Amino acid sequence: MKTKKKLDSNTVLIIITICLFVFMYAVGCAIYQNKGFGNLQTFLNILINNAGLICVTCGMTCVMLTGGIDISVGSVIAMDCMLLVYGMTEWHMGAVPMVLLVLLIGLVFGLVQGFLVGYLQIQPFIVTMAGMFFGRGMTAVICSGQISITEADNPTFYAWANTKINLPEFLGQVNKHGKVVVPYMRPTVLIAIIVLVIIFLMLKYTKFGRNLYAVGGNQTSATMMGLNVKKTKMLSHVLSSFLCSIGGILYCLNTMSGSVNQARGLEMDAIASAVIGGTLLTGGVGNVIGSFFGVLINGTITVLVNTNGKLLSSWANIATAALLCVFIILQSVFALVKARRNK
Amino acid sequence: MENFKKLTKKPLFLPIFCLILVLLINLIKSPDFFAIKISNGVLFGRVIDILNRGSEIAILAVGQTLVVAVSAGTDISVGSVMSLSACSCCMLLAGYGNTNVSALVMPIAVGMIAGVLMGGVCGAFNGALVSKLKIQPMVATLILFTAARAIGLLLCNNQITYIRVEEYKYLGNFIPGCPIPTPVFVAIAVILVVAIFLRKTALGLYIQSVGINSRAARISGINSDVICFICYVICGLCAGIAGIVASSRIYSADSNNIGLNYELDAILAVALGGNSLGGGKFNLAGSIIGAYTIQAITTTLLAMGVSTDVAPVFKAIIVIIIVVVQAPVFKAYMAARKAQKAHVKEAA
Repeated sequence: MKTKKKLDSNTVLIIITICLFVFMYAVGCAIYQNKGFGNLQTFLNILINNAGLICVTCGMTCVMLTGGIDISVGSVIAMDCMLLVYGMTEWHMGAVPMVLLVLLIGLVFGLVQGFLVGYLQIQPFIVTMAGMFFGRGMTAVICSGQISITEADNPTFYAWANTKINLPEFLGQVNKHGKVVVPYMRPTVLIAIIVLVIIFLMLKYTKFGRNLYAVGGNQTSATMMGLNVKKTKMLSHVLSSFLCSIGGILYCLNTMSGSVNQARGLEMDAIASAVIGGTLLTGGVGNVIGSFFGVLINGTITVLVNTNGKLLSSWANIATAALLCVFIILQSVFALVKARRNK
Repeated sequence: MENFKKLTKKPLFLPIFCLILVLLINLIKSPDFFAIKISNGVLFGRVIDILNRGSEIAILAVGQTLVVAVSAGTDISVGSVMSLSACSCCMLLAGYGNTNVSALVMPIAVGMIAGVLMGGVCGAFNGALVSKLKIQPMVATLILFTAARAIGLLLCNNQITYIRVEEYKYLGNFIPGCPIPTPVFVAIAVILVVAIFLRKTALGLYIQSVGINSRAARISGINSDVICFICYVICGLCAGIAGIVASSRIYSADSNNIGLNYELDAILAVALGGNSLGGGKFNLAGSIIGAYTIQAITTTLLAMGVSTDVAPVFKAIIVIIIVVVQAPVFKAYMAARKAQKAHVKEAA
């Protein structure tokens, strides 16, 4: 009986997500076979392009587990990228100090938001929405134009961005000229995967991880159990903003530029990925493995739209929004059915 | 002192106080702030500019107030819906795929009404998600927050659609022979219609009772789902009207820029108006004064040389200050401190 109940909400949603990803990828392979969609490299490119989003979604999942939400992530990423690029081109700072500075800013940003949400009990949406506009505005305060970073500006950062990690040769494919093309990854992907694994283990085996689930599942009973609900909520926001800063650095390594309009709408991608991956908006249910597949689905949609070439890029946004809508409706239908059964 | 305390307790104290403060700062900075002159048969001046530019925010604030009151959440899609309604209006008037027309495919009224209805459809979508499926308002509206702008781009074929017809500019600028900008009239009309509707029917009362306790409202015979749905539709229609006005101002549909950051302005207007973002009682007049205060702040910032990209920083800080002051935890803390101080005084 107990296992069946588990299958009802959480696992079903994750299974739907994984099936959806496999199905979408298979359809993509079937339609765009001649455009090289079936290559291993295409899949790796999805990972490379979405390394930042994976980190952000991990943080988003942690916040959503407590029943909160963080819509400031897109702006924080824009701010991080702009700060990194501006610091390295205009202030001629080293790569390591700038990265540390960005991580510190992420922590402070999270502390402020977390304090307002946890200790002053203001709705997380209002707080992080203010954070969203604040971050976007601060990006313009740093610099309102579009700047990019070149090898001359900072060789270290440039080297980080362009390191290739080659996979074993037998995975390679022979191209038109008869050469073997070895598929490669970037260091950013490795960092993202490490973050993913750490967060997965943290949620499963540490006290803090279990606290997150308890607070989101039922706040009153969590309080009665003696958990520090306020502190847990605050720490979840700190974690989210910190992971968001790591994501911002990875994002910057990928784009090598900063502009005010960068990562606009990324909060939507992160929330959609987490929701598609089976994290409940009401909190208490979900894990980062599902979120990872959510990000992959998101990336696949973008690649499908781009590979087509004729479709406008806004179709990717619409498709993500539509998927988010479908999964939210699924969740709420599940919740309604459960409520009716309990009656 | 006693009288002053009574004054601060009045619901309209906060918005009027803020407005006077902003105007005073302006007056000190530039003494000719209130000067109004007539040139080319129309009125010019800072105050006129604030009244004119503030129209969209005032229209949005009307809808947003109802949504906040009924569902304790905010509709963050209003800015995007503005852009979508402007795009659908211009697309219909210009014909799909045309980016620069000087002759219209259909009457202006048809296009404008279609644009407003488009806003209503978006509102109905949000309302259905919130009222029927019980999804948190901000998550439900987040869908259209990104999607509406993207759909607008699709309608306009990824380009800016210009409508170079004199009549189309009337709504957002001036009607020949009338010295007052038309958006002011539109805002007054929307405010009057909604205010009379709320006053003459029981809807206003219903909205408050649903917002304060939706279960109790349902038990006492109010269909709370329908009330919530109606509020979202009204908010969508308001966003549609604001979108048409904004589009008429620049006689084009620029999907990426129409209504950008307006959701923050609308929510800020509601909060400044003394309404609690936790729902329940609402005060329409406060929100409207709040809207014009926001526009006064924006105009002041622009006059001080702060760019439009940077302005959200200040507004975000103001929002946070207002919600912190409103927060029950903060109020309880302040009350406790006051009591402690009084106690210490007594002991001394």
